[in-house]
Amino acid sequence: METEYLLSMNDISKEYFGNKVLKNVNLQVKTGEIHALMGENGAGKSTLMNVLFGMPVIHNTGGFEGQVQLDGKEISIADPHDAMNYGIGMVHQEFMLIPDFTVTENIKVGRETGRPSLVPVLDKVFGRDLDHMLWDEMAADSRRSLDSIGMMNIEEYAKVAGMPIGYQQFVEIAREIDKTGIKLLVFDEPTAVLTESEADRLLEIMRLISSRGIAIIFITHRLDEVMQVADSMTILRDGEFVARKEVAETNLVEIAQLMIGRQVDKLVDDSEHDPRELSDDKIALELVNYCVNMPGEKVINMNVKIREGEIFGFGGLAGQGKIGIHNGIQGLYETRGDVLIHGEKLDLSKRGEALRKDIAFVSEDRRGVGLLLGESIERNIVFSAMQVKNEFLKRGLLDRKASLKHTREMIELLDIRTTGPQQTAGSLSGGNQQKVCLARALTLKPNILIVAEPTRGIDIGAKKLVLEYLTKINREQGTTIIVISSELVELRSICDRIAIVAKGTIAAILDPEAPDADYGLAMSGLKREDVGA
Amino acid sequence: MTGFKKFVEKVGLPRLIIGSFFIVLIIVALALGLNAPFLFSDIIRRWMMYSILVLAMVPGVQSGIGLNFGISLGVVSGLLGAVIAMEVSFVNGWFYHFGAGAAWLTLLLALAIAIVISALVGAAYGMLLNRVKGSEMTVSTYVGFSSIALMNIVWIMLRFKNGQLKWPIGSGLRNTASLQESFGGLLSDPMVYESPRSITVYADVSDVGSVSVQQPKSLGFLAIDVNDSGFVLPLGLILVFALCCLIVWLFSRSKTGIALSAAGENELFTLSNGINVDRMRILGTSISTVLGAIGIIMYAQTYGFLQLYNAPLMMGFTAVASVLLGGATVTRARISNVIIGTLLFQGILTVALPVANELVNVSALPEVTRIIISNGIILYALSKTRGGNQR
Repeated sequence: METEYLLSMNDISKEYFGNKVLKNVNLQVKTGEIHALMGENGAGKSTLMNVLFGMPVIHNTGGFEGQVQLDGKEISIADPHDAMNYGIGMVHQEFMLIPDFTVTENIKVGRETGRPSLVPVLDKVFGRDLDHMLWDEMAADSRRSLDSIGMMNIEEYAKVAGMPIGYQQFVEIAREIDKTGIKLLVFDEPTAVLTESEADRLLEIMRLISSRGIAIIFITHRLDEVMQVADSMTILRDGEFVARKEVAETNLVEIAQLMIGRQVDKLVDDSEHDPRELSDDKIALELVNYCVNMPGEKVINMNVKIREGEIFGFGGLAGQGKIGIHNGIQGLYETRGDVLIHGEKLDLSKRGEALRKDIAFVSEDRRGVGLLLGESIERNIVFSAMQVKNEFLKRGLLDRKASLKHTREMIELLDIRTTGPQQTAGSLSGGNQQKVCLARALTLKPNILIVAEPTRGIDIGAKKLVLEYLTKINREQGTTIIVISSELVELRSICDRIAIVAKGTIAAILDPEAPDADYGLAMSGLKREDVGA
Repeated sequence: MTGFKKFVEKVGLPRLIIGSFFIVLIIVALALGLNAPFLFSDIIRRWMMYSILVLAMVPGVQSGIGLNFGISLGVVSGLLGAVIAMEVSFVNGWFYHFGAGAAWLTLLLALAIAIVISALVGAAYGMLLNRVKGSEMTVSTYVGFSSIALMNIVWIMLRFKNGQLKWPIGSGLRNTASLQESFGGLLSDPMVYESPRSITVYADVSDVGSVSVQQPKSLGFLAIDVNDSGFVLPLGLILVFALCCLIVWLFSRSKTGIALSAAGENELFTLSNGINVDRMRILGTSISTVLGAIGIIMYAQTYGFLQLYNAPLMMGFTAVASVLLGGATVTRARISNVIIGTLLFQGILTVALPVANELVNVSALPEVTRIIISNGIILYALSKTRGGNQR
């Protein structure tokens, strides 16, 4: 591995507070190639890039282990400025542009060309900070880099504000290209925010850039894009290096399989007798041409039928729309289309209608939506039942006796580790907070329970307990449960069927035992038939 | 050591410092030989006089609009209710017809008018605050100031006949109107029950010129001069404050009250439970404004004067500073914060004046102290919201 590789990151390990997020990961990129970096959410892609750029978040948490080589020489990158000096640039997912600046100003900001000021003494006092700006030269530079990526129609003097998203991305690329001695450019999920034609254009530009000898690391979830432009790829899973493949030597199915990986450990023991009888005639919840306008999690024309007594899972990558589903039903975001509850249309324009129809929710955003952090556990648990069903009230006032009794029962039932019903929800650990959210939903005695990210940020023990409890109420009380989760393992361990959501709609409804490749393909919005496998 | 640290954290540093300062001041006052019964009754009187105005902060904070600097809206509504009630009483010769009962009728009418006006104004104000979410406190400060300016025009335009209210020469209302010949002192001044007052009567009703009115001795328990020592217990005022506290407390335990406080704590949580957050905020603002109106009427009856024009300009700041001093934060306020905060704030001002007069001959010192404490506390609390209610 002498100088064959431009960039070579060897045996990189990183842990955050005892939690290993990268385990001996390797990444090699050749000069002028497009190298795809792939993996699910949380596979460690961003952490690896943070290491490459020497981001403060890495150094503030104890640094990393391993070695970074550029052109065969070991380098140490202490901060993002170092990375820039080594010729490593990044095109961010969220654009780092100043809207009120012109294209030129944005391209040149921080690296302006100037000549010493007319008043010599200013130079002596303030250094070059008060230089006279050479706008013409800078504009010409910007023009050159815009032209070099084929963006003849972006005016260098136009303001960035109001430009189409795609154009903004191109300006950002032009800025990176303009940096002298750029050798390696990282694209962080660049196509996520683009329209299809813009995305095609971007891929073209990536090819153009790489043809001029600049290496590209392309972070993406979209398998088809990788097949289209990349030369080689590295796949990560759960912080571990899985494989480095040449694109020419592999196929979609293999990649999908590598990304998902075989997970043998079931979180919940399902050997017990299953008393349920599921029938396609008894539908608990049906979505018809359902759309939700939730920023970043749009749902577009979704159709699905969920049977009574079923545990139904929605999976898929972040930003693909699965989170929008329940937020729409809950009435937090604008919706179109119909939601049918036991065949009856739900009036989504009325706030809280879903709750009155015996649907309960556990939000994915525990601290933001799910809890009153400053209030007691007791208040949190009884709140919904009091507001929606007028329970725990006596002559119009809170019935402390009943609410305390119920809270104590819930604390025992769900094993909430607390100093007592009066402890504030904000001072509980993540797992116990989740149990409080669950307790609040269960207090509503729901017919349909919608749980989003039930195990996000909680330890393995609590995870198991929460999942087991969901299965238990499903079996014993016949509650229809809808689980929305980014963790395929947990969906596959408790669900009867799993819908994979991609690009706002359902890519496939799969059996939990379906092959990993099917899951992998569905997550990138592809079907097995499409790839001819 | 850790026990002490915990204590400091629980009580909060500002309360410890100001509380100690208050105690030191009282000790110095007693050591200087100041009249103790007089001093203590003054402390209680001012404590109770301001407390309802401070209580008005609680529903505002709970519903999420933050500290209601715009309490001036409630204050001017209360003042408007009071002047209208006094005018009605005068023009209809209530004192001539009903004698001592007229003072009570006037007070009740003042409260009734004030509550109706302030509830409506408060609701409109709440709608305004819903449009400026995130900068409620800045906006409410200016709303408070503007409402005073607007009412300055109203006061000068009102063509009233009551001689207590209007300028002796020209038209419009006076700067300071005495309540001596109306409901002044009913709940706090023993003198009202001890000696008769002479009250001017409207010429159209009677040509008597004036009537002499004394409140019945049986109501004397409302303002007791304990053992004739000069220590006055304003029981009436205390009862009214207690009643207001009880109502606010009961409300906070009701379904709506709990929803309102949830709206203030976490808007998304409340929305996700199908509750209209904006409506809760309007309700909270409206209740706060009503309490402000009741508060200023109680304030005026204790003080003995209605202060119109620019007098209520900074009243919002005093109320805000008091509740913060009591341990409230921008997001959490309880009734206990009101009681403690008002005692400390008003207590210090009451004691500081005579003590300062004894020690140094600078007459402006208490006023300077007031400004330093009130603005200092607001600044402190806004910059560092820890201790007290933080659990």
